[in-house]
Amino acid sequence: MNYFVDTKGYYGNYGGSFIPEMLYANIQELQDNYLQILESESFQKQYRELLTEYVGRPSPLYFAKRLSEKYNTNIYLKREDLNHTGAHKINNCVGQVLVAQHLNKKKIIAETGAGQHGVATATVCALMGLECIVFMGEVDVERQQPNVKRMEMLGAQVIPVKSGSKTLKDATNEAFRFWINNPDSFYIIGSVVGAHPYPDMVARLQSIISEEITWQLAEKIGRNYPDYIIACIGGGSNAIGAYYHFLNDTRVKLISVEAAGKGIDSGKSAATSILGSPGILHASKTLLMQTKDGQVTEPYSISAGLDYPGIGPVHAHLFETGRAIAQNATDDEALQAGFLLTRLEGIIPAIESAHALAALEKNTFKKDDIVVVNLSGRGDKDMGTYLKYKDVYLK
Amino acid sequence: MNRINQLFEKKQQNILSIYITAGFPNIDDTATIISEIEKSGADMIEIGIPFSDPLADGKTIQDSSSQALQNGMSISILFEQLETIRKTVSIPLILMGYINPIYQYGFEAFCEKCNAIGIDGLIIPDLPVWEYTEHYKELFEKNNLHNIFLVSPQTSSSRIKEIDSISNGFIYIVSSAATTGKTSDISEEQISYFSSIQNMKLSTPQLIGFGISDNKSYTTACKYCHGVIIGSAFIKALQTSQTSIEKIIHTFIQGIREQKK
Repeated sequence: MNYFVDTKGYYGNYGGSFIPEMLYANIQELQDNYLQILESESFQKQYRELLTEYVGRPSPLYFAKRLSEKYNTNIYLKREDLNHTGAHKINNCVGQVLVAQHLNKKKIIAETGAGQHGVATATVCALMGLECIVFMGEVDVERQQPNVKRMEMLGAQVIPVKSGSKTLKDATNEAFRFWINNPDSFYIIGSVVGAHPYPDMVARLQSIISEEITWQLAEKIGRNYPDYIIACIGGGSNAIGAYYHFLNDTRVKLISVEAAGKGIDSGKSAATSILGSPGILHASKTLLMQTKDGQVTEPYSISAGLDYPGIGPVHAHLFETGRAIAQNATDDEALQAGFLLTRLEGIIPAIESAHALAALEKNTFKKDDIVVVNLSGRGDKDMGTYLKYKDVYLK
Repeated sequence: MNRINQLFEKKQQNILSIYITAGFPNIDDTATIISEIEKSGADMIEIGIPFSDPLADGKTIQDSSSQALQNGMSISILFEQLETIRKTVSIPLILMGYINPIYQYGFEAFCEKCNAIGIDGLIIPDLPVWEYTEHYKELFEKNNLHNIFLVSPQTSSSRIKEIDSISNGFIYIVSSAATTGKTSDISEEQISYFSSIQNMKLSTPQLIGFGISDNKSYTTACKYCHGVIIGSAFIKALQTSQTSIEKIIHTFIQGIREQKK
């Protein structure tokens, strides 16, 4: 079974590049050049150097002793939360901004939901001295003010999106529209979504996570693969980053945790693999939450980073082939897991990453299993939410 | 013969095609609007199937689409409304819509229904050329449907030629690097882009769309191709005026055709 993208931009039945003709030249330029750029010596040198010196990689693979005792197994946390800007998003932005420079693009655009990808994009643009425009749904602008201010302080222009439901899906629409109107700009997509080659390019740039897991495990336990990798999935960039080097190694079980919101059947959920069906949004064929008439519906999750109505096409393929197992966690389960990690390990996780931690409760591991949880981001941005629920969960 | 080909056979200049959003302003307006557009002397009609996430559209058509969806419009309802349209309307009719709603309806059932009703062509902006030739061409042809391709200022001349070679009906020339509904005077840059396409002597007729909104832009654009497509400006007219829909449509189309005295 092939888990990587084919020459037409497909992962099995999913993927492709369903773009209007107005973007054909831009996408074609990327398709023709991205592999050559990513594999070039000059790119690799710059990318690796920035990851080490600027992002702070390698991120530790931390053995969580007390958490392991609780679940009676061996749990390692891949500490993407310790990256500069607080999440895995920066890995991708550092790479894409270099790709933009190789293609001689001066103006960067991005979409953002919670603001993490927006902040990471604004950060690398400040670093490179590039103009940066970030599209953010008006609803998200209101509920993520600190990130809006961070982006502005970094010199980015944040454009509140008033169309549709005014959240991530609409911010992405608006970024695409701006790109149609300004074809000289470079669109840094934040997840493994969008037209080919974006899902593959973003996956490759995030694959530094699994690359490090490989040698870090070898150093720690003398074996270069775990039994399980657990990651949360909205679009799915941190998950594919953590899986990438293990996709063909079926000894490693992959668990992707979606946001169930208030419950799968509550009408307020973002569990796309259960609630979605094949469809086409943002230029790729994937699993999509939609009405029977093909209108895209609005997902819900307490975590702004997981409430996207689709998943990356690679994840639709991994689910369909059974390579990855889809599980989910409700708002409640995620919060519980977030507070638990805080008190057991002294780490406040992003609520997105807390969904991955919640899966520890739902699976039974053997005593000698090696379980890696990708801790994709830190919880600073979620303090408002955590504090609101503090009294419920910390008794 | 397909009605689009018939039209271009008898008329090579000043073709006016009007875009409407199905189910806008009211859900039951579709058939009336189509008839009135024909009576007012337009040559062709594009019926837009509303979608929740119209990537290539500007604010006007985004808004008309969400209004239409709120009104309850869907492909099934549209097909019901168009069931008997060919009893009264004889100009070419094209359905324009994003791929996902069509994909959910089922491409095969969709094309067969279009054929049964008497639809002549489809414009699916997010169905790329490769996907079409690989997966859908046969199905379209079997159902006597022309797939109308777009070209934009970003499209290379070799690609324009390639598109010309697989096109039937007409080619939709997107007037500038823009989403729909941007109105400003046609620039020198646009003129040179239009004439470069004109000089390519393509075998498929061409219509210019996006940003054509009044008699002035219509007249200019028509010098370089077979005619124009007007969408956002028409949708705006439907929104703003207070008189009857018949009157609005008649006045609008007359205003496009005739220079203001």
